[in-house]
Parts: sequence; C-alpha cells; structure tokens
Amino acid sequence: MNVLYFAWVRQKVGRGEEVVEHLPALRTVGDLAAYLRARGGGYAEAFADMSRLRAAVNQVHAGPDMTLAAGDEVAFFPPVTGG
Amino acid sequence: MRTNIHIQAEDFDVSDEIEALVADDPAAGAVANFVGLVRGGDGLGALTLEHYPGMTEREIAKIVAEAAARWQLCGVTVIHRVGRLEVGGRIVLVAVAAAHRGSAFEACAFVMDYLKTRAPFWKREERDGKAQWVESRTSDDAAAERWRKT
Repeated sequence: MNVLYFAWVRQKVGRGEEVVEHLPALRTVGDLAAYLRARGGGYAEAFADMSRLRAAVNQVHAGPDMTLAAGDEVAFFPPVTGG
Repeated sequence: MRTNIHIQAEDFDVSDEIEALVADDPAAGAVANFVGLVRGGDGLGALTLEHYPGMTEREIAKIVAEAAARWQLCGVTVIHRVGRLEVGGRIVLVAVAAAHRGSAFEACAFVMDYLKTRAPFWKREERDGKAQWVESRTSDDAAAERWRKT
C-alpha cells in the first residue's frame, strides 16, 4: 500500500509518503493507524489522538472501519481547512 | 453543464472567469460568485496552502455534481489556489451560472460550504515569524450540515 501524509501529520512523521506492506493484521484504516502509531517517535505523536485525524482510501474520505487491500492508496491528514 | 475546476498557484481574474463561464450560453440568466481572501489585520503575515493532488479535484467534482443534481445549473467554476498567499490575496473562486438567481445563489453557497469541509486543503499561517497549521472550525461543519436532506 502507498501511504501518504499531509500537513502536520507529514511534518510529525517526517515524510510525505511511504510503502507499507499489506499485512493480514492491517485489515482496516484503524489497524494501519495503530500499526503506524506503534512505531513510536514522530509516528506516535502524529497518531496519538485519532479524533484529530482524517483518512482517505484511494482518494475517497474513509472512516477507521474501511477495509484495506494490497495496492490501496491510504492518506492520513488533519481535518481540512481550505476555502 | 460546464464545469471548470482548477487548482493552481497563479492568481485569477474574477471577471474573466465569469465571462468565460457564460460565454455563448443564452440560458444563463444569473451568475453568483464567492471569492475568499487571505484575511489579515490580526498579525497574520501570509498563508501557505497545501493540498492532496488528485483527491482535491475529485472531491470538488463530486461537490459540483451534487449541486448540479439539486439545482438546474448552466455552469460552475471552482478555482482554488495553493502555495504561499499574502494578506488580501485571492484564495478561492466559486462561480455558478443558472437561469435564475435563486439557484445560482444557493448552489454557490452549497459548493463553498462543502468545499470547506471536504476538499483536502490545509492552511498554515505565518504569524509574528512563526508558522502554525490552522485548526478546523466546527462552524464550517455546521454550515455544510445545513444542506443535509432530511
């Protein structure tokens, strides 16, 4: 899976994107978030409070229960502030 | 229906955009537009806008399609700038052409309200030499919520 980060999430994890293998344990967006948080450091900071985060799967807004598949593009970002 | 969606660093000319939106369209009897500007006066120096290329265009296209399903429209233009913008700079244009003003006004507000809550843009403020990400506002969610069909 290609995982993208935007705004302060990108700054905290220290990169804009990375490839994460679609392990069987990573069934949902929430599973992936918990997996990334467990890496510690900037990831732990970025994923500390999931209520402050939003996600998208294949460029469509997605909740934590959205299931993942190999090859998905998954993005994590703060609530949007455009306009 | 005409749909123009642009994400760009460059500024835009509002009257040129409105003219292009209704050119050679005799059915268009009204255009409503909204222009968002970088608001200063409180120590803000500039804004930098980041977005999610690809998803941004898709989300805005979905919002425009939803507006076209609700109101009879002739055309919609959405231009959103990204990059660094100084106080007074134009951030966003939503222009809606329709046969009559009611649809144009309502659809313009609808597109703007949904853009604020769904299109993946993020603002970072420069204030007193320090950069800080702008927090989302619950009032924006409420503005979008009012369009929900019951």
